[in-house]
Formats: sequence, structure tokens, C-alpha cells
Amino acid sequence: MGSNSIFGYLWAWLPALLRGLWVNIEISVLAMLLGTMLGLVIGAVSLSQARGLRMLTRWYVLLFRNAPILILIYFTTYVFPFELNIFSWTFPFPDWIKVVIGLGLPASANVAEIFRGAVQSIPSTQWESAQSLAFTRAQIFRIIVLPQCIRRMMPAWMNLYAGITMSTSLASLVGVHDVVEMATIASNTVARTDFTILIYFTLLLLFFMYCYPIARLTRSLEKKHAN
Amino acid sequence: MRTNTDSIAQSRAFHQDRPLVQLRNVHLAFGANQVLKGIDMDIRKGQAVSIVGPSGSGKSTILRCITGLVHPEQGEIYVGGVDVRALTSEQALIQLRKNIGFVFQQYNLFPHLTVLQNLTVAPIKVAGVSPEQAQATAYELLRKVRLAGKEHAYPGQLSGGQQQRVAIARALAMRPDLILFDEVTSALDPETVGEVLTVISDLVSDGMTCVLVTHEMRFAEEVSDEVYFTEAGRIVESGPPEQIFHAPQSERTRTFLQRALGKTGVEHPPTMDVLPAIDFKGIQFSY
Repeated sequence: MGSNSIFGYLWAWLPALLRGLWVNIEISVLAMLLGTMLGLVIGAVSLSQARGLRMLTRWYVLLFRNAPILILIYFTTYVFPFELNIFSWTFPFPDWIKVVIGLGLPASANVAEIFRGAVQSIPSTQWESAQSLAFTRAQIFRIIVLPQCIRRMMPAWMNLYAGITMSTSLASLVGVHDVVEMATIASNTVARTDFTILIYFTLLLLFFMYCYPIARLTRSLEKKHAN
Repeated sequence: MRTNTDSIAQSRAFHQDRPLVQLRNVHLAFGANQVLKGIDMDIRKGQAVSIVGPSGSGKSTILRCITGLVHPEQGEIYVGGVDVRALTSEQALIQLRKNIGFVFQQYNLFPHLTVLQNLTVAPIKVAGVSPEQAQATAYELLRKVRLAGKEHAYPGQLSGGQQQRVAIARALAMRPDLILFDEVTSALDPETVGEVLTVISDLVSDGMTCVLVTHEMRFAEEVSDEVYFTEAGRIVESGPPEQIFHAPQSERTRTFLQRALGKTGVEHPPTMDVLPAIDFKGIQFSY
């Protein structure tokens, strides 16, 4: 393979691309971590008896589930400061963290809905039979309902994970050095049409290799759950 | 009845000759729908009592009242001398339910737990039994319901009849003073009804106090000490099974029994070794 073959260029740029992909993976993992923790809290509150709190979480979920992700990323990028000064400490607020928040917000709204749906999908007969065995409500929730919810939530959660991973490609638009940004730089540097085509195909393949196993796992979990 | 600190005062007032379960003039409505219109019932320790009657006559609701799952607006319910209607706190209801087993029509096993875990989770978490002791009891109960070897199966892997027998064992694992059976064979395939009824009739022979809401008339006749016939939220007639099934005093009881016994043509046998043959328009199904 000659040095001016497009595959030669690809080989040379591959480490940079993979470094970029690693940024996408980091962002997706952190966004899902944030989204899951926040979403479970919001989902739990949305099941509470207090009407005011329930309405608040309802609006939160509606707002962030119906917002385009690109707008949320722009929103967090331009609304949040680039650094935070508390007394004499300075906390930098890099763009990639803003993207994590921008993706974490819709993720949390979706997780909240997934959680609420799972809890409500547990038949009331499970509560009744556990009550008959003299469990307290708190025990029923912890020992009987929650473990069943986790199973029911898994396929939807993984689906969301794949979706959020794909959305990390939007990070390049706010200047994060992710895999898409790397591909654009490579394409501009090599400046050959055939290489541009190749590198975007490579990009597709990289995302596919990351998201397809998640989709397959989701499918098999769904099948297992159906039984 | 086992005494617990909450009910000592009430238990003192409870005489030895008093029925274990006593219902007096119990009324209950779901919205505008009057379900129970004055139920009186006495269930003594060691008795097997059947409640029969048309669907929607309030049979299952009676069981739910006894265990405090629903709260009647009028009347008195005593279980082991404890006034059930006065129990308002969760703790008090839990003390009551520790002594009452409940078996549901749809089994309602915990699908995420193995058979063994289904049997041990309440004894460990509620009754404070040690895991070793709870497991030993569970193995013993599984033998009793003829399911030894199924300890590590999940409920979804078992047949309806097997699941229902696990549900009975799960109720027994709490060592209750009485067990309420709510149409426990209604959701089962005909061929598995027998195995569940066999287990129940074993319990009755052991002297366990059992209250059965059932559509299995022959079975009710065979095992019961007392049968209640309910219709439209009232008890029409009660008495020993010989009276209810062979010399009913009420015309309504007679009509119901004629229909109930004539409807299916074949009654499910109470034991597993007698198997039915169904003759349907000249086509015979033998088992």
C-alpha cells in the first residue's frame, strides 16, 4: 500500500479517529450515568403522592423529551459559563461536560418515563399477594417491585443508550474533538474526494460497531423478558 | 392463635369457644355497587368452610375482608379475637396477616424469584426466621405439595397447577392459623385441577383451618364441614354439606346447584388418579 493510497491515509489517521471515538464513548457513558441517576430520582418523584411534585416532574419530562437534542446541546453550551468561580476556586467548564449535560437532560427525562412505566406495569396482584404475606409497603417496593422493574427497564434503557451514543456525534458542532471532528479534520487535510468518501464510510462503520451489539443485546433481553 | 404484643389485650377477651373467624352483619360497597349486604359467618379452628355461589355474589370479597385487604363500612370482623376493622396502621394489619395465608386464583407468585425464594422471602424478611430454618421448612413444604426437585425453577417454568401448589406452600411457609383459598382452581387447565385439590384436601385432613371460595361443588361437598351459599351479597343458606347439596332449604340454592352441577357435565375429581373422560357430541376425550 503506497503512502498516497487512500487506505494508507486512513491507516495514518486511524489512531486519531479512535481517540475521537473514545471521546464519544466517554460522553455517552457519562451522559447515561447522569441521565440514569437523575431520571430514577425524577421517576420516583413522579410516582409520589404529592400533586405539586408530580406536576413538576411531568413538565420536566415533557419539556426534555420533546426538545431536539441539538438544541439542548447548543442550549447548554451557550447558557452555561466556560468556567465557574466560587470564591478563590475556579472550576473549568469545558465543552465536553456541557455536551454530557445536554445529552444527560433528555436521557434523564426518558429514564424517568421508562421507570414510571415499569413500576406501573407491575400488576397490582403482586402488591396484593405480597401484602397478604405481611410485607410492609416499603418492603414490597424494594423486594418485589423494584427487581422486576429493573428487568423490564433494561431493553428500553439500552435502546436509549444506543440513541444517546449516536447523538454524541452532534458534539462536534460545539467544538468537541470527537470522532466526527477528527474525520472532518482528516478530510480537509488530505483534501481528496475519494478519501473523504472512505473516511465517512469508516465513521459509519465505527458507530455501527459500537451501537449494533447494544441493539442485539437489547433484542435478546426483550426476547428473554417475553418468556 | 399465636399471641403478638399488639393483640394481647384483645386476645384476653377471646374465649376458647369463640370462633377463629367471626363476621357479623358485614356491609361493603365499591362506589355505588353494594357488594356485601350483611354477611354473618363463623369459622372455627380446624374447620374447612366452603363459600359457593354465582359469580359476583361477593364470595372473594368476604375473604378480602377477613385479611384486611378491603375495609367494610359496617359490621364486625374478628379474627382470633382481634377486631379487624379497628386495625388502621400498617403494623397492625401486618400482625394480622402474619396469621392468615391467602392463595389467589392467578397464583401471583413472584416471577423474579425461584420457587425456593418464593417460599423463604416472607419467613426471612417478615417473620425473622433464619435463612437455614426457612429453607429447611421450604424443602419440607415442597415435598408436602409434591413438588420436591422444583426448588430452583422459576414460576414461569412451571405449569399452572404446579404454580398454584407453590402458592399454597408459600402461604403455609408463614405457618398461618388459617388459609383463605380464592377460587384457586378457576384459572387452571382441567387436567391440573386434581393435583391442587389433592393438596388442599391433605391440608384439611391435617386440621388446618381452611376457607375455600370455590366452583368445585363435588370437592366442596367432600372436604367441607360447613358450606355457605351466597347470592347478591347475602348468605342465602349455610349448613353442613349434606344439607346444602342434598336437601337445600332454599329454592335459590337448589336452582344454583342444578345449574352448577349440570353446566360442565364433568366435575373435576379431587384426586389425581381418577381421570375423566369427556363425551362431547359423540366425540370422546379420554385421559
